[in-house]
Amino acid sequence: MKVMILSPALISGATSDVKLMEQKWPFKGIFGRFDESSLQRGFQVYREVCAACHGIRHISYRDLKGIGYTNDEIKVIAGDYEVVDGPNDEGEMFDREALPSDKFVGPYENDKIARLANNGAYPPDLSLIVKARANGADYLYSLLNGYKDYPENFEASEGMYYNEFYPGYQIAMPSPLMDDIVEYSDGTEATQEQVAKDVTSFLAWTAEPELEERKSLGVKTLFFLILLTIMLLGVKRKIWKDVE
Amino acid sequence: MSKDTEKKGITSWIDERLPVFTFINHNLRDYPTPKNLNYFWNFGSLAGVTLVIMIITGILLAMQYTADTDLAFDSVERIMRDVNNGWLLRYIHMNGASMFFIIVYIHIFRGLYYGSYKYPREILWMLGVVILLLMMATAFMGYVLPWGQMSFWGATVITNLFSAFPVVGDYIVTFLWGGFSVDNPTLTRFFVLHYLLPFAIVGVVALHLVALHQFGSNNPTGIDVKSDGDTIPFHPYYTVKDYFGLGVYLIIFAALVFFAPNFLGHPDNYIPANPLQTPAHIVPEWYFLPFYAILRAVPDKLMGVLLMFAAVAVLFLLPWLDKHRVRSAQFRPYYKQFYWLFFVDCMILGWVGAMPAEGIYVTISRAASIYYFAFFLVIMPILSRYEKIGELPSSISSAVLSDKFDKGTESYAK
Amino acid sequence: MKKTTIQAKKETSKIDEEKRDFLFVTTAGLAIAGGAATAISLINTMNPAKDVLALSTTEVDLSPVEEGQSLTVMWRGKPIFIRHRSQEEIDSASNVSIENLKHKATDDSRVENPKWLVVVGVCTHLGCVPLGQKIGDSKGEFGGWFCPCHGSHYDTSGRIRKGPAPLNLEIPPYKFVSDDIIKIG
Repeated sequence: MKVMILSPALISGATSDVKLMEQKWPFKGIFGRFDESSLQRGFQVYREVCAACHGIRHISYRDLKGIGYTNDEIKVIAGDYEVVDGPNDEGEMFDREALPSDKFVGPYENDKIARLANNGAYPPDLSLIVKARANGADYLYSLLNGYKDYPENFEASEGMYYNEFYPGYQIAMPSPLMDDIVEYSDGTEATQEQVAKDVTSFLAWTAEPELEERKSLGVKTLFFLILLTIMLLGVKRKIWKDVE
Repeated sequence: MSKDTEKKGITSWIDERLPVFTFINHNLRDYPTPKNLNYFWNFGSLAGVTLVIMIITGILLAMQYTADTDLAFDSVERIMRDVNNGWLLRYIHMNGASMFFIIVYIHIFRGLYYGSYKYPREILWMLGVVILLLMMATAFMGYVLPWGQMSFWGATVITNLFSAFPVVGDYIVTFLWGGFSVDNPTLTRFFVLHYLLPFAIVGVVALHLVALHQFGSNNPTGIDVKSDGDTIPFHPYYTVKDYFGLGVYLIIFAALVFFAPNFLGHPDNYIPANPLQTPAHIVPEWYFLPFYAILRAVPDKLMGVLLMFAAVAVLFLLPWLDKHRVRSAQFRPYYKQFYWLFFVDCMILGWVGAMPAEGIYVTISRAASIYYFAFFLVIMPILSRYEKIGELPSSISSAVLSDKFDKGTESYAK
Repeated sequence: MKKTTIQAKKETSKIDEEKRDFLFVTTAGLAIAGGAATAISLINTMNPAKDVLALSTTEVDLSPVEEGQSLTVMWRGKPIFIRHRSQEEIDSASNVSIENLKHKATDDSRVENPKWLVVVGVCTHLGCVPLGQKIGDSKGEFGGWFCPCHGSHYDTSGRIRKGPAPLNLEIPPYKFVSDDIIKIG
């Protein structure tokens, strides 16, 4: 797409210069929709793998309805987490089970602890990660599959990993995925590529939960506007036909 | 039109005391308009519609937004996720800013091509430049409100421009910030001003329209209206033409909002502001890129800032820089060529503005900046002196007819 | 002059005119419908958002509330008065003759379990919060609640007995999830 060159988003996106592994995402395009089963698998990957270090603070448990969970299932999922609430009548903070109305519980109490636990590198919140990177979905997928051994002559830093898609090539996150890192209940084979694809789809959803509604409303709106504009052209022509 | 018989009952009772209906009649119905306006004359009304869209969506957004550094980013995400149709509201407002600038830039280039800034429309033109300045200030402050990385660093870089002024520079910057860095006081005042300025724009737009209706619209030939035969009533001819143009515009606008809402934005603005980490490339919104390129083209900080402001300020002087008697570029073959070169030059400035300020881009941006100013300060005065005044059609009607005749012979020849 | 010739032309082509009217009317109708739909969806942003609605149910543990005590909880930004009524209070509420009430309702119809009265603590007159929850508060002439704003008295069933308020204190939707826990909303 040549026009894309004009988009500032792509001119200076923070990616390295290696060509991304472009995937066919079902949520791209005018009629794009999420693949619900992929989102649920991706959520499982997030819970079992990513959530150890990364939060998703803009999503509430109740939002999981959007990827096909029922209210009762959501209650159970939320119940697995504890949130700090209070102060109670004794003036003390207390832990309670998370409710569907609570935001996703993050792994760290605050940014400082997160840094301390990760060699000074802050594991970013993943709610918006797909929107916050140029070509976010392809970038994320590539990053998850982009770990390599250090090339010769590359000066490796302590506690850093080589990833050809990361700006500067050195990333503090160790390769998070591998084959069969999770076991899918729907029988899908959990290859590393599949896992990366599912978790990327899930994070595309957390970034844009409104995507399906937006696109379907968009198609209707455009249809309406095009019809109206053609009719207006007709009206305009009729009114103007007598003007010399 | 027999207005007297039309006015009856309550309408005439009100109109006699408060002549709103007469006013509407004068300015939106019978208002005589040159009959040869092309589609570039749609952009004024499109800008007006966009202003209304921006104000309505802006007011609704302000009901949900929180101007506090700890809460701003999250409140925007709440709008996107939890508020009913909040994503639609925000995407309309966000892309509306871009659409507004596209419309207004085309509107300006149209004026530049057809000499709409010349006698007797100098004040009309200058009011337009005031609107542009107000829009720029409003858009800049609006971009800060989501409090993402680009919001924060854009605000930091742009406010720091004022530190270029000797002696008072630092004082001004501290004053703008209300502190020693872009922080909560800055965000709060930007929000207040972002809410306020659009209403100032509405005021200037009203003056712009008063000035417009004093002499009526210019037209593609640039020739004054000479008789009733040159004009048609605004309603229904131009109302319906404006509606049709609006339809086309809304199709493009909707395509952007629904299918590429972040195409013109920057991904970094979905990262919450972090005062400790500057993004790799700070890029302003696309509509500021040509000016940003001029700023960066100059190695001296103060000069860069002054030139950037001068790039807009020079528009105020336009009526006195171009004193050529012919308005429309249609009848000015030399001006026409320089005009298109200027148009391309602005595109190039926009493009280099988005590139890193290094290597070949610096050279290009310098050459393009020089032409930008040369066009106004050198070429225009010289052309107004030496460009020959060719033969003009005797009236708008005759121009229109001969145009049709030309086309007819052309197709016949083929 | 021009206009009159145009007008004359219009009148001559009658069929054309009708077609045009049809086009005009349908186009205008479509445009108005589109404008209205847009206006509605934009105004809808002012309705309660999803996060607000998500907080519209709340569970309350009643076990720490002794007989005769009261508990105030927040629900949808409003206080909910929960009173663990003594037998005496229950009796005084149920022994009132309905005929004499301003807003007729039996005590039975206002409780799930007679021991627990759950009402929205907002005076039905003009929205003040009545007194009567805290120890030492005036409970009014009927042992329930007393609104200090304009002097409305509520009884131990939360019914209006005296003063300007037109209606009994509202009963929020709630149910007993277990013996000790109610879910409001």
